[in-house]
Amino acid sequence: MIYYIGAFSLILIGIYAVLVKRNLIKIVIGLSLVDAGVHLLLIAIGYIKDKTAPIFSNPSLSAGDMVDPVPQALVLTAIVIGVAVTALALTIVIRLYDHHKTLNINKIRELKW
Amino acid sequence: MRKVFAMLFLAIIGFYLFNTFALIPFGKNKMNADVAASYLNSGVQKTGAVNIVTSIVVNYRGFDTLGEVTVLFLAATGMGALLFRKKPMQRSRQNASVIVKTGARILFPLIIILGVYVFVHGHLTPGGGFQGGAIIASGFLLMFMSYRTYKVNHKVLSLFETFAGTSFVLLGLFGLIWGTSFLANILPFGEANTLFSAGIIPLIYIAVGIKVGSELTAVLDTMLKTVK
Amino acid sequence: MILTILEIILVVVLIGAALLAVWYRDLVAAVIASSVVSLMLSIIFYILQAPDVALTEAAIGVGLTTIIFMIAIRKTKRFEE
Repeated sequence: MIYYIGAFSLILIGIYAVLVKRNLIKIVIGLSLVDAGVHLLLIAIGYIKDKTAPIFSNPSLSAGDMVDPVPQALVLTAIVIGVAVTALALTIVIRLYDHHKTLNINKIRELKW
Repeated sequence: MRKVFAMLFLAIIGFYLFNTFALIPFGKNKMNADVAASYLNSGVQKTGAVNIVTSIVVNYRGFDTLGEVTVLFLAATGMGALLFRKKPMQRSRQNASVIVKTGARILFPLIIILGVYVFVHGHLTPGGGFQGGAIIASGFLLMFMSYRTYKVNHKVLSLFETFAGTSFVLLGLFGLIWGTSFLANILPFGEANTLFSAGIIPLIYIAVGIKVGSELTAVLDTMLKTVK
Repeated sequence: MILTILEIILVVVLIGAALLAVWYRDLVAAVIASSVVSLMLSIIFYILQAPDVALTEAAIGVGLTTIIFMIAIRKTKRFEE
C-alpha cells in the first residue's frame, strides 16, 4: 500500500513542477518524475505478496510462485523510451536557450514575435 | 494565482487516482487464467528462456521491441540533427587528475565486459540488451569524462548500429521464411538454464545490446561535443 | 518487520528527494535529487521482485539520465531565476 502512496506522490509532485515552474529544465525534471511514478505504480500493481521474481533459475520453482511478469516487461520498455524522450526534450531546451538566451518560459513567450 | 489553480488541479487528479486505485488491492494475485498466467505456465516450453520477462520482451512482444529500438534510433537521429554544427566546439584541454585517469583506464575494460555479460546472459539472469547497452555506454562516458581528448569514431559506431539493427530485422525475416511468423523462434531451444538455449532470443538480445550501446554512446558524444 | 521499516524509509526518502528536486533553485542540486529518486526506485523495484527493471533503472535512470541533464545544464544556465 505504501508504494501506491509513493507513486501517487511522485506523479503529483511531477505534475506540480510542470504546471508551476517556469524554468524549462525544471519542467523536464517534472516530466521525468511523472514517468518514474507511473513505473512504480505499474510494478506495485504487478507485485504479489510472498512470490518471487519471474525467473525459473531453480527447477523447484513452479509457475504459481511468481509475480506478474507483464508489467515488468512493460516498464522495461517504458524506461528506455523515457530516457530517449528526456534526451530529445533537453536537446530542444538547449536549442531554445541558444536562440533566446533564457530558460524562463514567460520571457520566451514575450520574445516570440 | 497559478499555484492555487495548480493545487486545485492536483487535488482533483489525486482524488480520482486514489478512488481508482483504492479498488485495486496491493499484493494480491490479480492474474487469472489469462495472459500473464499463460506466459508463466508455458513460457519455458514455448520459448526456451527461463527469464520470463526476457521471453515476453524478445519473443512474445518481439515486434514491439523492434519498434522501441526504432524510437531510440529516431531520438538519437533527432538529437544529432538538432545539435548539428559544422565546426565542433573546441573542448578545453584540461584533463582529470592522475587518479581518475588511471582508475578509468583500469575500470573501462571491466565495465565493457560486465555490459557484454549482462546482455549475453539476458535469457538466464536479470538483464538483457537494454541494460547491457546502457552499462557499455556508461563505460564510454567514464572515458569521456576523464580524458577530455578521448574520441570515438562515429563511422564505426554507426557501422555497429547498422549491423545490429539489420541483423535484428533479418532474424525476424528468417522466422517468416522458415517458421510461422515474423520473429518466430526457428533455432532449437537446447536445454533450459544453459547458455546456448532459447533459440534466437540470445542472438536478438546481443543485437539489441550492441545497438543500444552504440546509440547511447553516440548520443553522449553528440551532446558532449557541443560543451566547452 | 525489518523489511516493512526499510520500505517505509525508502518511500519517505523517495518522496523527500522528489520534493527537493522541485524545490531547489540550483539546477545541479535538483538533478542530483532526481537521481536519488531513481536510486531509491531501483532498490524498491528489487524489493518488489522485479530485478530486470531494477537493473534498467540503475543503469539508465541513475547513470545516463543524470549525465544528460548535467550536460544540458552546462550548456545553459545553472541557476533558476
